[in-house]
Amino acid sequence: MSSITAPAPTLDEPIDLTHLEGETGMVERPRRRLLPFDPWHLFLAPLAFVMLLPLVWMVVTSLQTKAQTLHFPPILWPGTPQFVNYLDVIRDSAFGTWFWNTTVVTVLVVASNLVLCTLAAYGFARIRFLGRGFIYFVLLATLMVPLQVVLIPTFLIVKQLGLLDHLGALVVPNLVNVFGIFMLTQFFRTLPIDLEEAARIDGASRLSILLRIVVPLSLPALATLAVIQFLWTWNDFLWPLVTILTNQDAFTLQLGLATFQGAHQTQWHLVAAANIMSMIPLIVLFLLAQRYFVRGIATQGLKG
Amino acid sequence: MSAATQDLGTVTRFRRFLVSDHVAGWAFILPSVVLIVIFGILPIVWGLILSFQKAGLISPEREWVGFENYARIASDPKARQAAINTIYYTMLFVPISILLALFVAHALNRKIALIRFYRLAVFIPVVTSTIATGIMFLWLFDKNFGLANWLLGKIGLGPFGFFEDPNQAMIALVLMTVWGWLGFDTIIYLAALQGVPNELVEAASIDGASRWTTFWRVTWPMLGPATLLLVVWSTISALQLFDEVFFVTHGGPLGRTSVVVFYVYRLAFEQGLGSLSLAGYAAAIAYVLFLVILILTLAQFWLGRRVVHYSS
Repeated sequence: MSSITAPAPTLDEPIDLTHLEGETGMVERPRRRLLPFDPWHLFLAPLAFVMLLPLVWMVVTSLQTKAQTLHFPPILWPGTPQFVNYLDVIRDSAFGTWFWNTTVVTVLVVASNLVLCTLAAYGFARIRFLGRGFIYFVLLATLMVPLQVVLIPTFLIVKQLGLLDHLGALVVPNLVNVFGIFMLTQFFRTLPIDLEEAARIDGASRLSILLRIVVPLSLPALATLAVIQFLWTWNDFLWPLVTILTNQDAFTLQLGLATFQGAHQTQWHLVAAANIMSMIPLIVLFLLAQRYFVRGIATQGLKG
Repeated sequence: MSAATQDLGTVTRFRRFLVSDHVAGWAFILPSVVLIVIFGILPIVWGLILSFQKAGLISPEREWVGFENYARIASDPKARQAAINTIYYTMLFVPISILLALFVAHALNRKIALIRFYRLAVFIPVVTSTIATGIMFLWLFDKNFGLANWLLGKIGLGPFGFFEDPNQAMIALVLMTVWGWLGFDTIIYLAALQGVPNELVEAASIDGASRWTTFWRVTWPMLGPATLLLVVWSTISALQLFDEVFFVTHGGPLGRTSVVVFYVYRLAFEQGLGSLSLAGYAAAIAYVLFLVILILTLAQFWLGRRVVHYSS
């Protein structure tokens, strides 16, 4: 046995691949290993540290007492974790209301986008009708217009509809998103049309074709749209800021968090706890559906 | 031909129209189109009209003033400062975030131990909101109790005022937003890197090219479309910076972080809500910014067409 086993490499005698592998050795350039691990760790480990530091430090702060947070040099570990901070936030602020409002708005917006974008995208991708090209072009053109251009007039429209200071102001203008229509139209066009044509000959209606054939084939694309829309709606700040003026019962998490921070300037232990609680749903969603987030960004380049 | 058959003809023709693709197509898109017309297209037109009016958000009176709002921009020192601040931010943010993302994506594009953890660490800020990020960095960069000043003090730097120092606030904003956007840019580059055929890289290395040469001569040209997308996208979002400024610095200190969209917001919603009529002026600034973005985007695509190599 020992005669066919290659000698174990030592640091003094690095293996020279060119000699071991003969002709094929030219593909891999011989590499001297100065470190017992890949040298990229020397860059990636500090990078991961810097990227995670703000989050980790926020968690640590949320478990400290007020006195500990206002100490310099910073106290890196809180001793006994003050979980009571989280309870204090829930008791002393309207955190529950903000959380509920954001959940309601996000669920409604995501659900409505899934339905309306699917319908419209199917129309654009599969049905030839008068004005299709023109309407599609006009819709895409609206994507070019940045938010601040439409901010004031959209505010005035929402005001005309009597939705100011009401959760409806956050839902109704966002029921459908041109990005979603565009993304799903592109996706539907890549699906093979044979099945749909066969069903059509058998007398199936367009709606049942969409529901029974197209939607089941499009679940990954729909999941991508859902997580991206969830991210946008949950984290949106500017639009709630503009439309929810005085009604604290209609505050969203981001709005509530911003006012909470403003009202508790020196109580970083509480601000940190509120902040961590606001981030948990999205971080959990991200851990569960990471590949849909990554696909959504990699294929469409989407961020709010 | 009797009247009865003529009627029948109309009915069948109507029936045929009802089941035709025209009606079906419109039925599918109509709900979305109605909503987008009201909340997407109407505001674009209305915004343009507003920019030619003297108008507040609450007061109903509207007065047509022609190009007065646009003319006013040129002589408004606060608008000029906002423009300068926005350009300063954009010129820092775009190159830093893209070059860093390129390097990070290159580092993450390998199969080594812990790579899933490293990727997760870089991607996670993608889902943290602006407010959450703002809170984390306000605390990290706190002048008196912040971890950043303590860590930097260990290597003999600082203490820094960060967001409270007029000369550092914008740099601190850049650092914060680069942290927030790095994951997004990296995902785009990582996807593009994984589309680079291995044979090409191997062929170059067989021909004796160094890693450095292989990267710049083989990989980098293949990343052209991704780079163009990121340059355009980052420029657009940098020029529209708002949330971070509103929440973290509120334009201060001394107006050094007051960017264009923040100024638009203040004009329309902070000063305009009363009797002052500044919504029209704000709309004019917003339209000028839109025009600048449009021209820059077209220029970037035009330049990109001549430089970027598209495979297939």
